[in-house]
Amino acid sequence: MSGYLDGMAVILALNVILAYAVFLPVATGQLNLGGAAFQAVGAYAAAYISTQYGAPLPVILAVSASVSGLIAFVLALSILRTKGVYLVLATFAFAQFVSGVIINVDALGGALGMTVPEHVGGGPIIVIAGVVLVGVMLLMQTRFGLAMRATHDDDTVAELMGIGVRRTRVAAFTLGGVLAGIAGGLYAFYFNFVEVQTFDSLSSIYLLLFVLLGGTQTVWGPLIGAAFFTIVPELFRYVVANMGGASAGQLDTSWRFIILGIITVVMMVARPEGVVTRTGLGRLLGNRRAAPREA
Amino acid sequence: MDAAVVLALRNVTKAFSGLKVVTDVSFDVREGQRTALIGPNGAGKTTVFNLISGAYSADRGAILLQGTDIAAKRPGERTVMGLARSFQNIRLMPHLSVVENVMVGQHARTRGMMDLLTPLWLKRNRAWRDEAESQLRAFGLGTYPNEVTANLPYGIRKKIEVVRALMSHPKVLLLDEPAAGLNTRETGDLKDFLMGVAEHGVTLLIVEHDMSLVRSLCEHTIVLNFGLKIYDGPTASVQEDPAVLEAYLGPRHNAA
Ligand SMILES: Nc1ncnc2c1ncn2[C@@H]1O[C@H](COP(=O)(O)OP(=O)(O)OP(=O)(O)O)[C@@H](O)[C@H]1O
Ligand SMILES: [Mg+2]
Repeated sequence: MSGYLDGMAVILALNVILAYAVFLPVATGQLNLGGAAFQAVGAYAAAYISTQYGAPLPVILAVSASVSGLIAFVLALSILRTKGVYLVLATFAFAQFVSGVIINVDALGGALGMTVPEHVGGGPIIVIAGVVLVGVMLLMQTRFGLAMRATHDDDTVAELMGIGVRRTRVAAFTLGGVLAGIAGGLYAFYFNFVEVQTFDSLSSIYLLLFVLLGGTQTVWGPLIGAAFFTIVPELFRYVVANMGGASAGQLDTSWRFIILGIITVVMMVARPEGVVTRTGLGRLLGNRRAAPREA
Repeated sequence: MDAAVVLALRNVTKAFSGLKVVTDVSFDVREGQRTALIGPNGAGKTTVFNLISGAYSADRGAILLQGTDIAAKRPGERTVMGLARSFQNIRLMPHLSVVENVMVGQHARTRGMMDLLTPLWLKRNRAWRDEAESQLRAFGLGTYPNEVTANLPYGIRKKIEVVRALMSHPKVLLLDEPAAGLNTRETGDLKDFLMGVAEHGVTLLIVEHDMSLVRSLCEHTIVLNFGLKIYDGPTASVQEDPAVLEAYLGPRHNAA
């Protein structure tokens, strides 16, 4: 039983890291539909290095994060000139490219995947997710974080104010690549197996949904989004499994997607700026502060 | 003795798809002076501001800031060199709070990575926020520092933009219709505030339709009509100038 909860906590931790990987570029106004591909780069880099060379885990993880960060940097330099839907398509195309390369390179196991000899337990992964969470929160409280948000809101005025808009976007995209690479490496070490299907476009879509539905205005949005989309489907599976009897096994996956789809649409209509907004948060905190005075 | 020229345009021309919107415009703005740039709708006033601030690049001509031609510089570089502006259609960051918007205006004064990558609440960075908040208070905006600007009334947002523009510590401040949408009392407050700004050594160039504000605030006026400069002299005599009267009221009035 603790194995199941342990697994859930790890998946949640990985999803939190990935949500912040996608959040950073989105916070500068750049939608990234290639989140899972950067995770794949990190996962396969970790798998390859640990099978071919072997090294201490932190070293492998650092190399994996650097590889996906470097790829994100090069990609950002070339595609951040494009905007809006074209940027989304460019990141999507990049994700397809990564899948194609992995499937066709024998050294990466092709469609069969790769086993990973090293193992890391859930504890370190949860700790790293916590560090990422705190790190991104601190970053967003710096002037660089302010520049990211200003760039998101009005890049022309941000540029006029002396903010290096392009530099800010490239840096945020690169940092997102680093985080996704870390999540990928941790995934490889925890599950001891990587296959390309894990990092498909549906995963990238989900990551972007975590962030957009959680809300991009505050640093809490991705956390809420990742937690919601990790925990609710599991709860739902549990409920269906306990009610549906024999046929539940076939029902649950398809129904989960339908319910999730409905929840997504409802949330987008009800809260187009995401669940956590600055005004909402302010009202929440303001009310709490005002409460004793009213009592 | 005349004060030094701090901003000068020399034969600046700008056309949009062949249509000349600013034609061969030259003028001087003198240090410490309060200069108005007026003209009928569509005269090219905002375009002149866009050319000075670098939002558009001029087809021809030079723009001199303290003697340096900035016509080829990027907008951010011009801000670092001492130019700041507000916008006719307010351009605040909608998801940023009031004080955060004002702090974005300080960006041109940051130096090095430590300014960028250390949390703003650290002791070393406190001065930024303190300055922003005290400037807001000076403008009577002290009550709103943490509100998101999108929810605030027009007149308030208009003033926040002026405070933000001041945060780069500009030598020359360009304001595009700062009194539009303000009531008489607010316009009076604005005038007092801008007088104070000017006394601190900031040179003002103001596009404004409210002639009573122009008369009470600006000693010097430049008039544009169809992209051409038609007047450049004391505000006191602008309304007697035949070319200006014709531009505003049509030729019949001039004949009468
Ligand atoms: N980016 C642009 N592309 C095409 N035409 C433009 C552009 N910007 C301005 N114009 C044109 O240039 C002319 C001058 O516009 P501008 O905004 O400078 O006038 P203005 O003097 O500020 O007018 P108002 O008092 O109404 O603000 C107008 O005819 C306008 O349509
Ligand atoms: Mg205008």
